[in-house]
Amino acid sequence: MVYLTRIEHFNAAHKLFNPKWSKEKNDEVFGKCANENWHGHNFELYVTIKGEPDPDTGFIFDAKKLGALVTEKITEKLDHKNLNMDVEFMRGKLCSIENLVTAIWQELEPHLPPPVQLHCLKLVETDKIYVEYYGGK
Amino acid sequence: MGKKVAIFRKEHFNAAHRLFNPGWDDKTNSDVFGKCALPNYHGHNYELIVKIVGEPNEKTGYVMDMKELSDLVKQEIVERFDHKNLNLDTKEFKNLNPTAENIAIVIYDLLRPHIPGEKDLQIRLYETPRNFVEYPV
Repeated sequence: MVYLTRIEHFNAAHKLFNPKWSKEKNDEVFGKCANENWHGHNFELYVTIKGEPDPDTGFIFDAKKLGALVTEKITEKLDHKNLNMDVEFMRGKLCSIENLVTAIWQELEPHLPPPVQLHCLKLVETDKIYVEYYGGK
Repeated sequence: MGKKVAIFRKEHFNAAHRLFNPGWDDKTNSDVFGKCALPNYHGHNYELIVKIVGEPNEKTGYVMDMKELSDLVKQEIVERFDHKNLNLDTKEFKNLNPTAENIAIVIYDLLRPHIPGEKDLQIRLYETPRNFVEYPV
């Protein structure tokens, strides 16, 4: 089994805000991240797939095709967008990177052609903060 | 003439913005600024490098105390812009397009009065790991 990672990136605005709570409660829990006029990040998305190299190509999956797929299905929908307002698959969800990474998995995973398996998504929000998700619960 | 040395301090802030010229219609803004003009903002992890050039002080060996420089940059720049919407939340960009170029000039103008006159100041600002500007040149 070999693991292949493709890195893509996008820039976006967001805020952390729970509409069920008062402004004071949001400020208390989310601090500066609750700023009502948004803030933003340069996000990096690491997409790791796993499989056996194909005997004819030596590839698990063509890395260029993987890049194009991630761009088409994910980063084009997120890049230079407002994650709270502009992204269909984040509608009604809190825009934490935890929720974003699981939503990206749900969007991307069905488009990977068998026998390619999605192994891990790593989403980097800042130099000091990132999340990893391996699918499932 | 003593020996001049450059010292650098790196700080960072995350902010939302959009590029938009209110004197133009939406189509012209979109033609010129592309995705950066999208109405609901996007954002970046800005990396700021402040460069000070001068002769080391004979008694301390410092061009400038790095801790004082760090405190100054945090107080004057980071607190002003971090987790903010540059277009909506800052007076500096109420009537100025928040391009990386203009942000660098604004940062220079904010810091210059606090840096001793005999020392040179230069700003390098990374908007993304691949896009960065310097002022003055």
